[in-house]
Amino acid sequence: MTDLALDKPVPPNAAEPNRTAPAARRGTVRPSPTALGVGLLLAVAFGLLPLVGSEYLFDAILTPFLALALAGLGLNILTGYAGQVSLGSAAFMAVGAYAAFNLSLRLPGLPFVVDILLAGLVAAAVGLVFGLPSLRLRGFYLAVSTLAAQFFVQWVFNKVGWFSNNSPSGIVTVPPLSVAGLALDGSVGRYLFALSVVSVVTLVVWRLVDSPTGRALAALRDHETAARVIGLPVLRLKLLAFAVSSFIIGVAGVLWAFAYLRTVEPAGFNLDRSFQILFIVIIGGLASLRGAFLGAALIVVFPLALARLGETLLGGLFDSGVLEMSQRIVLGLLIIAFLIAEPAGLSALLDRLWRRVAGRLAALCSALCSRFASNRSA
Amino acid sequence: MTATPSEAVRIEPRSTQPQAAPAALAVDGLSLSFGGVTALNGVSFTVAAGEIRAVIGPNGAGKSSLLNAVSGLYRPDSGRVWLGGHSFAAVPTDRLAALGVSRTFQNLALFKGLSVLDNVAAGLTHRLRAGVLAQVIGLPTARRERADAYDRAEALLAFLHLEDARDRPVGTLPYGVQKRVELARALVARPRLLLLDEPMAGMTLTEKQELTGCIRAARDDLGATVVLIEHDIGVVMGLSDRIAVLDYGRLIGDGTPEAIRNNQAVIDAYLGVAHDLEAGEGI
Ligand SMILES: Nc1ncnc2c1ncn2[C@@H]1O[C@H](COP(=O)(O)OP(=O)(O)OP(=O)(O)O)[C@@H](O)[C@H]1O
Ligand SMILES: [Mg+2]
Repeated sequence: MTDLALDKPVPPNAAEPNRTAPAARRGTVRPSPTALGVGLLLAVAFGLLPLVGSEYLFDAILTPFLALALAGLGLNILTGYAGQVSLGSAAFMAVGAYAAFNLSLRLPGLPFVVDILLAGLVAAAVGLVFGLPSLRLRGFYLAVSTLAAQFFVQWVFNKVGWFSNNSPSGIVTVPPLSVAGLALDGSVGRYLFALSVVSVVTLVVWRLVDSPTGRALAALRDHETAARVIGLPVLRLKLLAFAVSSFIIGVAGVLWAFAYLRTVEPAGFNLDRSFQILFIVIIGGLASLRGAFLGAALIVVFPLALARLGETLLGGLFDSGVLEMSQRIVLGLLIIAFLIAEPAGLSALLDRLWRRVAGRLAALCSALCSRFASNRSA
Repeated sequence: MTATPSEAVRIEPRSTQPQAAPAALAVDGLSLSFGGVTALNGVSFTVAAGEIRAVIGPNGAGKSSLLNAVSGLYRPDSGRVWLGGHSFAAVPTDRLAALGVSRTFQNLALFKGLSVLDNVAAGLTHRLRAGVLAQVIGLPTARRERADAYDRAEALLAFLHLEDARDRPVGTLPYGVQKRVELARALVARPRLLLLDEPMAGMTLTEKQELTGCIRAARDDLGATVVLIEHDIGVVMGLSDRIAVLDYGRLIGDGTPEAIRNNQAVIDAYLGVAHDLEAGEGI
């Protein structure tokens, strides 16, 4: 067999400049705008906000935003990248939250970081079990089978008192957050803790979706038959997607319970919450890491903004009943609008805006430069 | 896109006589029906290693069903498939790549959300040994493996003149280019047996000529045995060593292009008027 065609080294060729520097085009040499943006965001989130933010900002906006964004990130692996629909996200949040609560209650010696990891693993194991139907079912039927996870898990936590330490009300208060002897039970501490967890998990997820395994998940999503034919381990990939996704959603549940609410109850992880996470992913953008954050920001900020707006416009007429109803209606309309106008979500919208702004800026710059140059030559 | 094959793809004299080599694929008494429809009816033939074997026949003759049975997507009602020295009642699709078999589909089967390069590199993913964790952490072995896979994918893009489309999402490309990407994904793993289901459908004459060169080069330079379903008789006659003709699920002709050209059963059932053949045009 002659290998002449493919194994010949590629001669550097001036006519094809893009062949010579693939590394640069993959963005490993020059920091990309994305990297700069992320760095800036992290600097603000870790350095600036804790100094200037109010308790309200942390407790009502940022910490729940972080937990929901993480849940969205987890669901996005399953739905956006691997193409498996799930309506059971809140169940895995609940598993994570209850697992962490019981671990901290029953094994008090364990550091909380270990509790989180174990809680994530428990959620992953449960996710694996409820992911088994995905080996046979897809689309709508799979969605319905994940509903079983939602109802079953909620039922178990309602029925079995052991999980909530036999609390008569079913609501348990979690122990205050502390990591390595450092008390983090204030607003800022809990926010910083959530931010750290979310940053680390996001980094790992980014590495995952960028890896050959991440590409294989997308291949599975786009054409399962072709994926099988080229030898991708389809069953293993599906289960991996369920496990990783549930792990992350479980960790999000821990943040929700320990950093945000400081209590755990089954009703907090009902079907509404599952849909909320699905909406985050759809509105933000499927198969986009940024999308989970954009979607979560919208879902958290939007009701607050609507309440403010309603109060200012309608005053006393705008009570909590009206608020809740209008929230549902506007959110529903928003989702429909997104599905029709921008199926790729806020993430794509932002991309488009950014390109337009960047184009304007570039035009402005070159205009200024040429003016400057002509002034000098004159 | 250039129409001339690159240096590497230029046609070279074949060094081996295909008939002398052992069979790369054999089907033996393959039958398959869907409800009342008989897609395959006792089909038997062999594909010698190193040959380009065309499968022709009218619409609905069972050509795609045959490839689907060979790649395990359909389970035959009876008969066996021989692949690389193994005999199967139902070919395990998951093991195809490991058996050195790859294929393209009549309707495009690409990963729409991925770039051209990622689509092609996916054809090598089954070879990667590093686990998920090693990939996420970025261990040297995982990085090296990956870089190697992407180098091979890039080489194949060059081979099929796809460099310009390298980073484009594959779903945004013209049909003919997508067809070529699928061929690249099938070829990147250096298959011993390459199954092509109408790779030239919907292409212009120039594109067909270019792809003909590529398929021949896949055999000559990359050592692949090729099974090709194609409706364009001109292409088939010029490219293939032997032709199998299906009609209503039955094998009605099997032989060299000259033999098929003069086979009365084939002419009656499929080729219709003989001057179609002389004109060398599609049906
Ligand atoms: N999955 C299926 N379910 C039901 N019937 C099928 C299926 N696949 C093929 N058939 C039937 O089997 C017969 C052969 O189809 P096949 O696709 O193999 O034909 P073909 O030779 O590839 O035709 P074409 O040239 O149009 O691609 C047809 O009658 C078709 O309707
Ligand atoms: Mg067909």
